[in-house]
Amino acid sequence: MSMNRREFLQVMAVAAAGGMSLHSDFALAEKGAAKLYDLPKFGNVSLLHITDCHAQLLPIYFREPNVNLGFGEQFGKVPHLVGDNLLKHFGFKPNTIEAHAYTYLNFEKAAETYGKVGGFAHLATLVKRMKANRPGALLLDGGDTWQGSGTALWSNAQDMVDACKALGVNVMTLHWESTYGEARVKEIEEKDFAGQIDIVAQNVKTADFGDAVFKPFVMKKMNGVPVAIIGQAFPYTPIANPRWQTPNWSFGIQEDNMQKTVDEARAAGAQVVVVLSHNGMDVDLKMASRVKGIDAILGGHTHDGMPAPVAVKNAGGQTLVTNAGSNGKYLGVLDFEVKNGKIAGYRYKLLPVFANLLPADKEMQALIDKARAPYLAKLNEKLAVTEGLLYRRGNFNGTFDQVILDALMKVKDAEIAFSPGFRWGTSLLPGQPILMEHVLDQTAITYPWTTVTNMSGEMIKTVLEDVCDNLFNPDPYYQQGGDMVRVGGLQWTCDPTAKMGGRIQNMMLKGKPIDPAKTYKVAGWAPVSEEGKNAGAPIWEVVAEYLRDIKTVKPVNLNLPTLKGAANNPGMA
Amino acid sequence: MNNQRRNVLKTGSGAALMGILAAAGIIKPGMALADWNKAAFDAKSMADTLKALGAASPADSKDVQVTGPDIAENGAVVPVGVSSTLPNVTMVAILIEKNPNALAASFVLPEGTEANVQTRVKMGQTSNVYALVKSDGKFFMATKEIKVTLGGCGG
Repeated sequence: MSMNRREFLQVMAVAAAGGMSLHSDFALAEKGAAKLYDLPKFGNVSLLHITDCHAQLLPIYFREPNVNLGFGEQFGKVPHLVGDNLLKHFGFKPNTIEAHAYTYLNFEKAAETYGKVGGFAHLATLVKRMKANRPGALLLDGGDTWQGSGTALWSNAQDMVDACKALGVNVMTLHWESTYGEARVKEIEEKDFAGQIDIVAQNVKTADFGDAVFKPFVMKKMNGVPVAIIGQAFPYTPIANPRWQTPNWSFGIQEDNMQKTVDEARAAGAQVVVVLSHNGMDVDLKMASRVKGIDAILGGHTHDGMPAPVAVKNAGGQTLVTNAGSNGKYLGVLDFEVKNGKIAGYRYKLLPVFANLLPADKEMQALIDKARAPYLAKLNEKLAVTEGLLYRRGNFNGTFDQVILDALMKVKDAEIAFSPGFRWGTSLLPGQPILMEHVLDQTAITYPWTTVTNMSGEMIKTVLEDVCDNLFNPDPYYQQGGDMVRVGGLQWTCDPTAKMGGRIQNMMLKGKPIDPAKTYKVAGWAPVSEEGKNAGAPIWEVVAEYLRDIKTVKPVNLNLPTLKGAANNPGMA
Repeated sequence: MNNQRRNVLKTGSGAALMGILAAAGIIKPGMALADWNKAAFDAKSMADTLKALGAASPADSKDVQVTGPDIAENGAVVPVGVSSTLPNVTMVAILIEKNPNALAASFVLPEGTEANVQTRVKMGQTSNVYALVKSDGKFFMATKEIKVTLGGCGG
């Protein structure tokens, strides 16, 4: 493995973090780093889990949130813990490689030290390493795999489909995949994936007769043990994303059908029943408390990189609930020991994928390079340089979102801007150039059109209340799992603990209260209604135009709401 | 997927299909108009509707189930179902509290019919959806909130 100086220093730092003293002997340092991935074999059923990679084929930076609020029953509970509270809960020390892997703490400096995360070539190496001492291990993909990059969008998901096959994915479920349209999803299932990857989703039915669109579950035999993998696609796909992209499919949580599917799998002889879920962690936790007979829910959607599972008690015993983060940053490894048809024990580890500590798999790298080659000139266009840290994740705003809002207001000459609270989107360190690829990492969707709407003050409040309820409704089954819509231009106060209709308060524009009867010019993007098709230029063009013009992005001024009822919340730092 | 069933329904026009069902004795002419309670369908509020149905204060019952999505995928066609294990159910009604006219559907069940109905209702906004069931001459009720959102901004 050849390394440049920075990479060498990163390995040394990791070695030191792993308990070794810094040593001039390079081989020794590398050995220390390798310990991170030295996971002894346990049991006879092993499930490797990736989720929400959002089409990030190459290593990237990704900052975890410092705002991930939970209220009511979710107050202070996993996954609504950030920073030191998260470290304390899971028993990690500050300033360790784990602290960097699972929290935003000290992000800029730690990212410089440990380097980029994820990347399919590095992930492939880790998967191979795990499989080497876990014969028969299955690789499960929780979805949000085909969307999130320019190359995935332009290749109509083909780059990701090929990469997943090469990675050895066995079973997957869906969310953003569906935004390529019903026909494309079925084409991939029936042609590319045939005989290799099963798409499972017990909760996707035809809208007319309620017939299954995908297999509800698959049964796999691992070292003689029958294991059922049930699929749970994102329940609110036709609401959170455009319904016209999946007009004949109906989704929903479908708890009763989940129970029926679990019972069917058990009746068919399954000794281990696992749900591969795109519900989001709060929904998974509630479902685990109400459905019997599930051994583990391997979850995604809410991008919560949780180092340990939550064991949820229910009428049938116990269900483990995990969530494996996003952007290719982690690989979840769940090992079960099954004896006499019953689970006797388990181990779980959420392994961070540090690109500098896992050599790139040559075949995967070649595949990625080939897929990217036709688009390189476009991807590598340098638009500007950022002076500050750019990131997206957080309940209310991120610095990269602020750049998008500023671009919308400037280019569209609007006084207010809205940008969706997506949880995907990579981070950039201070001093990094902003390439077209990075803008696409934040914006590459199949309905990217920008909109300019004359909205009454009353409508603005209605929109904000509506989205806020999707985030803070006390019942997880009514939550959709995204973050709050990002708001530019408008100052406001948010009380997440209030009831719907009362959460959005004190809306002000340039020092004046918003008048419910007055009309305001609001710019936005990603319209879900069919009328929004082709409304305005794709958002990446608008952001690129803005960045080319300003050339340097100064540390941005985050427009955040004044929060009520969130003091001392362990989900905020 | 049951393509045969879908094709039968697709190829047969609505009228033709009704003809087949009528010929088979499944639907009797005039059945749809039987017991049409104009006052109940014209009533605006929940209270007025219940009064018009002669069910002023129905008791909540665990033996009545309302099924439907937690969040509607399309407010114009929200699938709602009602079932009940109560004995001798002769009527099932679906009421949407926040609709301009609360009563969305009313089913008259002939004797010996299993109390299990499915339909699509239109909803303009988030609302409680009530299932009203008449069993042995008494009224019972259950409720479920169905959310109607503007959509977008997820994931």
